[in-house]
Amino acid sequence: MAVKLNVNSVEHTLEVPSNTLLSEILRDHLNLTGTHIGCDTSQCGACVVHMDGKSIKSCTVLAAQADGADVTTIEGIANGGELHPMQEAFRNNHALQCGFCTPGMIMSAIDLVQSNDKLSAQEIREGLDGNFCRCTGYHNIVKAVLEAQEQM
Amino acid sequence: MYQFKHHKSTSVDHASELHSNSDEGLYLAGGMTLIPSMKLRLTAPTDLIDLSSIEGLAGISNSYAGLRIGAMTRHCEVSASSEIPALASLASLIGDNQVRNRGTIGGSLANNDPAADYPAAVLGLGATIHTNKRDIDGDSFFLGLFETALDEGEIITAVTFPIPKRAAYAKFPNPASRYAIVGAMVSDSGSGIRVGITGAGACAFRARAFESALNKDFSVDAISAIEIDHSDFNVDIHASAEFRGHLIGAMVRQAVVQLTE
Repeated sequence: MAVKLNVNSVEHTLEVPSNTLLSEILRDHLNLTGTHIGCDTSQCGACVVHMDGKSIKSCTVLAAQADGADVTTIEGIANGGELHPMQEAFRNNHALQCGFCTPGMIMSAIDLVQSNDKLSAQEIREGLDGNFCRCTGYHNIVKAVLEAQEQM
Repeated sequence: MYQFKHHKSTSVDHASELHSNSDEGLYLAGGMTLIPSMKLRLTAPTDLIDLSSIEGLAGISNSYAGLRIGAMTRHCEVSASSEIPALASLASLIGDNQVRNRGTIGGSLANNDPAADYPAAVLGLGATIHTNKRDIDGDSFFLGLFETALDEGEIITAVTFPIPKRAAYAKFPNPASRYAIVGAMVSDSGSGIRVGITGAGACAFRARAFESALNKDFSVDAISAIEIDHSDFNVDIHASAEFRGHLIGAMVRQAVVQLTE
């Protein structure tokens, strides 16, 4: 089937099998491998991207459901060489170790900050409920989001 | 996941027609349960009839009978609504932000997972489920494990919740999946108390013993001695039937405390 997607402001029309997931079309067809597949069961959040401005788990959305949508991935948030404030805050606060969860964590955190007024540390922890990090213990991630919300 | 034919439906009638012309077709709402089930090959529809492109199936409005929520309304929209705070709070406890951005109330009710949250709200608030054929009283909608009063091919179009005088939802979530191990919606309509329980049995049910005790005396003391028959309750690695029975009392008490403090 034909799927039309606007990914990071570039229009694509792709012919894919009906059972293709959004995560697969991004990684395998568009080579946007910054979107990670961790659990592939919509638990871990490594695959989070924005679809029409909302954070979603791309391993649990069919490419067919994203037909006609605007998709933003981790590759689409920096402004040229200038990091997005959330990326910058993750770097400043050492909010990652192995980095596997980071793309999904950042995409979730951006939506969280954009969808809410000033968040407390506790609200950030609850808001990132759908993203797992097995390295950091979350403390520095929460610090990074607290810092980034001042810049966004 | 096996291959299937994906259809975009333009209206409820069109979706219904696509369904009746399909071999083993299924409707696709938000897909938060259906897609994982298909990935695990627990279900393998020949056709997926996508309801997301139908205009008018999503949205929240006030009607003479209460709060009308379109079947394709996402959990995040219900959690941001203000008319029934207990319902908004229930929606905010479903899954995580990403699940709430996709999952729909109609999909949740049609699926009737024994641990889903919305069935407790339908029973606890006395809701009516509207379909493309009829209106179904919420009390007669949930029939058993993943079984509802919906006929083959019938489509939920909306749900109407009467606005209660006061209501509260208390939930003991599974910390990994955030599904309810037990959840209790307690409401006071002004003319009677309702208690809807999810997570404990094969499907959601009303806890009549708690309702009649709270109708006489709306207090924690009134329900402290109620014995719960847990012989038919669910058992899994997370909780025994006996523990689920205990949680019913605990969750109803929490909800009553919220409403009386």
